[in-house]
Amino acid sequence: MRSLFTVKVLLFCSIFLGFSLSAEAKEETSEGTKKDIKTEIKEYIDHHLKDSHDFSIFSYTADNGEHVYVGIPLPVILWDNGLQVFSSSQFHHGETLAQAGGNYYALDHGKIYRTDAEGTMTYDEEGHATNARPIDFSITKNVMMMIITGLLMLWLFSSLARSYAKNNGVPTGAGRFFEPIVLYIRDDIARPTIGEKRYKKYMPFLLTIFFFIWFLNMFGLTPLGINVTGNIAITFGLALLTFLITNFTGTKDYWKHLVDPLGDAMPWYGKLPIYIILVPIELLGLIIKPFALLIRLYANMQAGHIVLMSLIGLMFIFKSWIGSPLSFFLAFAITLIEILVALLQAYIFTMLSSLYFGFASEEHDHHEEEPELAHL
Amino acid sequence: MDKLLNDFSFGLFVWQTLLFVLLLLLLYKYAWKPILNAVDDREEGIKNALAAAEDAKKEMQNVTADSEKLLQEARGEREAMLKEARELREKMVADAKEQAKVEGDKMIIQAKATIDSEKKAAVADIKNQVADLSVQIAEKVLKDQLADKDKQLKLVDDMLGDLKLN
Repeated sequence: MRSLFTVKVLLFCSIFLGFSLSAEAKEETSEGTKKDIKTEIKEYIDHHLKDSHDFSIFSYTADNGEHVYVGIPLPVILWDNGLQVFSSSQFHHGETLAQAGGNYYALDHGKIYRTDAEGTMTYDEEGHATNARPIDFSITKNVMMMIITGLLMLWLFSSLARSYAKNNGVPTGAGRFFEPIVLYIRDDIARPTIGEKRYKKYMPFLLTIFFFIWFLNMFGLTPLGINVTGNIAITFGLALLTFLITNFTGTKDYWKHLVDPLGDAMPWYGKLPIYIILVPIELLGLIIKPFALLIRLYANMQAGHIVLMSLIGLMFIFKSWIGSPLSFFLAFAITLIEILVALLQAYIFTMLSSLYFGFASEEHDHHEEEPELAHL
Repeated sequence: MDKLLNDFSFGLFVWQTLLFVLLLLLLYKYAWKPILNAVDDREEGIKNALAAAEDAKKEMQNVTADSEKLLQEARGEREAMLKEARELREKMVADAKEQAKVEGDKMIIQAKATIDSEKKAAVADIKNQVADLSVQIAEKVLKDQLADKDKQLKLVDDMLGDLKLN
């Protein structure tokens, strides 16, 4: 206990020491290059957080000053008065225009715009491009990653399913690791929140969403530079499914509770003034719940990536014997925390989805409640 | 919020929803359903096995109790038999003793009677023989004594003398 405390104190001391030393070191370097590195890192982080039309693994500047990207180009699928399909290699990472079906397309900050043959881009005062945007159904890096994750899950869990038949009800291999998690979701998430009678109906969704989020979160921690779950469109899609399932499987009691939260506990003339406030709140809650889900997952993963990449960037800004190893150490510690967060966010999303399903499929036993409320 | 909306990619959303639903359906068919069924079956099996074990334990207890009871009974029976045997033995011994005593007494009485009669016969015999012998001796003595006149007189005198003394 005491040694742990000493370690903490030493850690804090060394962090402050590191910062002060690096601050001194920074002053020595010229103002211009420092700013360059900082903006470069900021742009790099921004770029990383966004979806990309290429699956680039790394890039470097060759001796002749040319940027060399190592990775795979992905198919671009556009709906622009007809389907346009071409390879993202045509963009050369945003350096050139792509031509398809007589139209020219430019890549600007990860988004595809329609331009003329010269690639003219118009920007508004806030720096957003105002060119026409075709609807982009491209197989982007995130879509690619989802396909890979989906295939991985399909392979993992179907092999787990098959191992039961082969091995007389006992899983083998990786299944030994995943089966307890499946059971945990069933016994500690679905059963207590939804109830013994109805939990089975929701199990496939809960299992899929848990492993899907967890795997994608974990992929986000690999050096491949993937940020699927930190993307608002992804979390929106996931939360939307939770929302739809919650409301489509809602029982009569659930809907009744929504529009008549107090039930028979109060006469109608008493309920009327309360309901003017209460019912809109209840209805708003319908949307707020999944909205909180989507923002929570998005913000957590996004923030994790930003913090981690900023700490890695700090190494290059500090360029000192103490600052850089320290930020490396911090980045390492944050990575460990992020591994936990990856699991935790998957758990929270699943847990809350399960909780909402539980609310929706609840059936009150009115006969038991009535005498209890009668004397209130 | 503006940035958030700007970041929102409709294409990605469509792909994600499509892929996720596809994945959900595929996993449901090929993974979750067999996995959950297998786990349920296994749990059912374990539950049944436990119940069977519990039943077997109860059965075993019953059997043990039964055998205990049987053993108890057998022990009691043995005890009773032993006791009976002991009693029987004692009775037999006592009977034998009694009989032996009676027999003995009878034999003793008989023996005594025999001895008495033998004795009587012997005494009578001895008496007869003594009488005979006495007569023979007396005859011889008398013959011898009476051969001499002096001696006869002397005898008469002695006898008379004895009579006086009496």
